[in-house]
Amino acid sequence: MTKVKSLADLKKMKEDLQSKVNLREKGDNVERMVQVKVSMATCGIAAGAKEVMNQLITELDNRSVDAVVTQTGCMGYCHAEPTIEVTLPNNDPVVFGHVDDKKVVEIIEQYIIAGKLVDGVIPVNYETVKEHKNK
Amino acid sequence: MKDLTMHIVDIVQNSVRAEAENVVLAIEIGEEMLSIKIIDDGCGMDAETLEKVTDPFYTSRTTRKVGLGIPLMKQNAELTGGEVKIASIVGEGTEFEATFGLTHWDRPPMGNLPETVAMTMTGNPSVNLMFSCSKGEASFAVSTAEVKEILGDDVNISQPKITSFLKDMIAENLKELEMIID
Repeated sequence: MTKVKSLADLKKMKEDLQSKVNLREKGDNVERMVQVKVSMATCGIAAGAKEVMNQLITELDNRSVDAVVTQTGCMGYCHAEPTIEVTLPNNDPVVFGHVDDKKVVEIIEQYIIAGKLVDGVIPVNYETVKEHKNK
Repeated sequence: MKDLTMHIVDIVQNSVRAEAENVVLAIEIGEEMLSIKIIDDGCGMDAETLEKVTDPFYTSRTTRKVGLGIPLMKQNAELTGGEVKIASIVGEGTEFEATFGLTHWDRPPMGNLPETVAMTMTGNPSVNLMFSCSKGEASFAVSTAEVKEILGDDVNISQPKITSFLKDMIAENLKELEMIID
């Protein structure tokens, strides 16, 4: 019988991930990773944001890209859902709209890995709560 | 919304927006009914807001005029002989429960529950998501706190590798307990 995975298996996996972290330096390492936020409000979900997030996770995992993928609320671009915000280390965030299967691969290969901007960027006209408070 | 997991993600996002620290997601597969409970310790709602949340033309947002998440889930639940019940106390949190006729012709498919739970857990790292699924005597549970305790401070829970692992782990356990439903 095949063994069913448990949290104990996660402990083993942690060691592998930890060695990568040690190479990158310990501490607040999120700034040194590619950060991807997927807009997951009703408009985004209905337009396919869940599928986009799943594909992002799979493709980034397959390419072993050092990244964190999180969800966020409505960014106000309901007309362009699904939308994602990508922040490369030491760069400003870039929002992409109308993201689908093909676009996910293009964004990862062209923008995240090669650093070239691709079509579909939405000019950002909002500020985060943190940015607003720091003003 | 083409499946129930889309509703789940949507309602959990309401809890996240309500600044909840803990969110319970409990799925109960009964003989005839399917229950989805989402309980949070977020900011809660007053009686006036609670009365309006099932109105599609009411939203607490200022960027748009409609709030379709709860009304769409209510409509889908009622089409299957089920219902949506919401209780909330300002400053304490909100309890949301949707029931669906399990074998009803109009019940939307469940969708990929393991994938949804894994993505919700790792996609909202500041929230402790406590997921449980039960069917008769059998049950399976996992929480963000448990995962974070194993990972410690050095490994970020939102890394794709962690999400992929959790997705597989939850899928294997639910399959083993015969809790995967269409």
